[in-house]
Amino acid sequence: MNPRLSDIAHWLERLKAAAAAVDRPVRLMEVCGTHTMSAFRCGLHSLLPRNVLLLSGPGCPVCVTAQGEIDLMVELAQRPGLTLCTYGDMVRVPGQRGSLERARGEGADVRVVYSSLDAVALAAAQPQRQVVFAAVGFETTAPATAAALDRARRLNLDNFSVLSSHKRIVPAMLALLAGGRVNVDGFLCPGHVSVIIGARAYEPVVRDHAMPCVIGGFEEAHLIAALARLVELAAFEDPALVNQYPQAVTPEGNAHARALLERVFEPAEARWRGLGVIADSGLVLRGGYRAFDAMRRFGLSRPDDREVPGCVCGQVITGRVTPVQCPHFGRACTPISPLGPCMVSSEGTCQAWFKYGRQHRRHEPAGGRRIGTRREPKTAGTVSGQRGQR
Amino acid sequence: MTVPVHESTGVLGAERPGSGRIVLAHGGGGQLTDDLLMGTLLPRLGNARLNALLDAAMLDADGRRLALTLDGYVVKPWRFPGGDIGRLAVCGTINDLAVSGARPLGMALGLILEEGLEEAALETVLDSVAAAGREAGVEVVGGDTKVVEHRNGDGLYITTAGVGLARPGIELSPQRVQPGDAILINGFIGDHGLAVMLARQMPQVQSVLRSDAAPLNGLIDALLDAVGGAVAFMRDATRGGLAGVAVDLALRSGWHITLEEEAIPVRGEAQHAADMLGLDPLEIANEGKIVAVVRAEAAEAALQAMRSHPLGRDAARIGTVGEVADGICELHTSIGGRRVVQKPYGEQLPRIC
Repeated sequence: MNPRLSDIAHWLERLKAAAAAVDRPVRLMEVCGTHTMSAFRCGLHSLLPRNVLLLSGPGCPVCVTAQGEIDLMVELAQRPGLTLCTYGDMVRVPGQRGSLERARGEGADVRVVYSSLDAVALAAAQPQRQVVFAAVGFETTAPATAAALDRARRLNLDNFSVLSSHKRIVPAMLALLAGGRVNVDGFLCPGHVSVIIGARAYEPVVRDHAMPCVIGGFEEAHLIAALARLVELAAFEDPALVNQYPQAVTPEGNAHARALLERVFEPAEARWRGLGVIADSGLVLRGGYRAFDAMRRFGLSRPDDREVPGCVCGQVITGRVTPVQCPHFGRACTPISPLGPCMVSSEGTCQAWFKYGRQHRRHEPAGGRRIGTRREPKTAGTVSGQRGQR
Repeated sequence: MTVPVHESTGVLGAERPGSGRIVLAHGGGGQLTDDLLMGTLLPRLGNARLNALLDAAMLDADGRRLALTLDGYVVKPWRFPGGDIGRLAVCGTINDLAVSGARPLGMALGLILEEGLEEAALETVLDSVAAAGREAGVEVVGGDTKVVEHRNGDGLYITTAGVGLARPGIELSPQRVQPGDAILINGFIGDHGLAVMLARQMPQVQSVLRSDAAPLNGLIDALLDAVGGAVAFMRDATRGGLAGVAVDLALRSGWHITLEEEAIPVRGEAQHAADMLGLDPLEIANEGKIVAVVRAEAAEAALQAMRSHPLGRDAARIGTVGEVADGICELHTSIGGRRVVQKPYGEQLPRIC
């Protein structure tokens, strides 16, 4: 067996041993959408002990973007003389007046960019058009937006602006716990975000809520090692913070990126889909950069958040329900015609379930184990599984 | 035969995507392309041969069978590491004929040029067409040229049609696939789609990845010469990638298909690029890869025949047709897990963080 696979086998054994030592469910929240996808993609759920439950958290940037912000993006994109740039999945999230993809089909200039700097370059290349970068994501993508703003200011571009929906992950985790909105035994913390914010950023979660936190990478071996450590901590109710991804994550994070964030943005309250308004959980442009704030430049005010009736994305991203409990899942809501963002995003929980888990529930191949059903509570829509209860 | 209806189209009450307009994903070769074919094209144009939705249609010509195929090429940028739109157009058409079990006889080339295109660019593309034609041993025997106004095209679009003569005694269709058959591929997957995506979106990134665009008629000749009738079905894994082909194969043959992740050739560089973009190598387009379904007893000989050809040196057996008639494609992951493989949705969008 190659070293990578024997390493994985070792960690899987440790995970199983820790899980077997307790006779209750161990409920773990993978905060990050990339973890959700990695776990499904490598078939991890088919290998986990029955009492280890993985719940998805609020870490998919597309999924937590409030409905009102999507509507703002669509409204802006429809203005003549304006180019709206954003990252991939955002173009497909439906708002009240359709998605950006649909607006593009009707003639709006909507561009998918891979880097915020591409949007700045576009603004520099077409001075006669206003270019708005609809910025989404956590502390992973926010430094790139900050860099773009820096460049736009240096270039004196008066046709570039940012519609910031950036979010901070730790305030959301604290809000989940403080509100008693989730019942989990530990957090699997996102490797990418932690590279920027540093391992110590999670100290309040561990200290104030006695909640085990393990930072993990995204490759199979990293993911499984982190999960095994987390099952060990959670099973033995040991509220520790473990950095299981030290190759990339330092205690203090990336000082340069943090300084850049600090210079360009300041924390502000932000609205999250499913979580409502959380203090200090968003990033807005600081004084010297306010001229680049699209809200100001275009005199925008946020429309109300009106979510699709019956869509439970908000509850899915807080781990309160699983996708199959949503009445629309797999019926009116599919990756082809999504109703909610969790089905749109390639990191969205619903898309992951649809893509990798659904058919197993209808049919089990010989010798196979069902993926997913064991996590469904008997009554749809209830918050289930108190600690120590099966 | 009956046309495969992807289950996601059978959803009651679901609004059609794009709300009555064509979206980019309709051209992505995934589920939305299926929707367009099943919902819009086939109801109007459908007939027995078209409904089979094979890479090339077989036409009866006084006892011989002629294969006919046509493809449009709109790749952006028109030049990318490992090839350009000219090479792509020739390879795509030759490969569609070859995987249908036909020997290419000739090609026709349609050019749609945008006003303002540099002649040097056109010359480069035509030289590529000629070079790829020589590699395949097939000539351009006809064509058409049109010019559209500036801004009405991305430089140039190409359409290629090809005609081939079916090899006698070779019958290839998903219905011939049987439990126990081996699933083979002729080498590394994902290189083409990733090379193009990196060239388009991140031109500053220096990557060793190059498009695998290549005419596969020589390789397929070698395969059919070696094991002939033991080949049940072949398809080139273009848009939609290996996942698209494998899922289609499961649906249309009706059998359970199992792929072994550990056996699927993926370059480290391709895996890293895919990880960076949040994409699955299984779903990424190739232009020089065939998936062949071969009777188990002939699998080893088929692999040997493929490996003896320069375009099949890294050929591998990557899966098996199972005995359960559920039409599902499943992946045994390298860590020992299992998951369902689904056809990609269409437009490939990079992830956000």
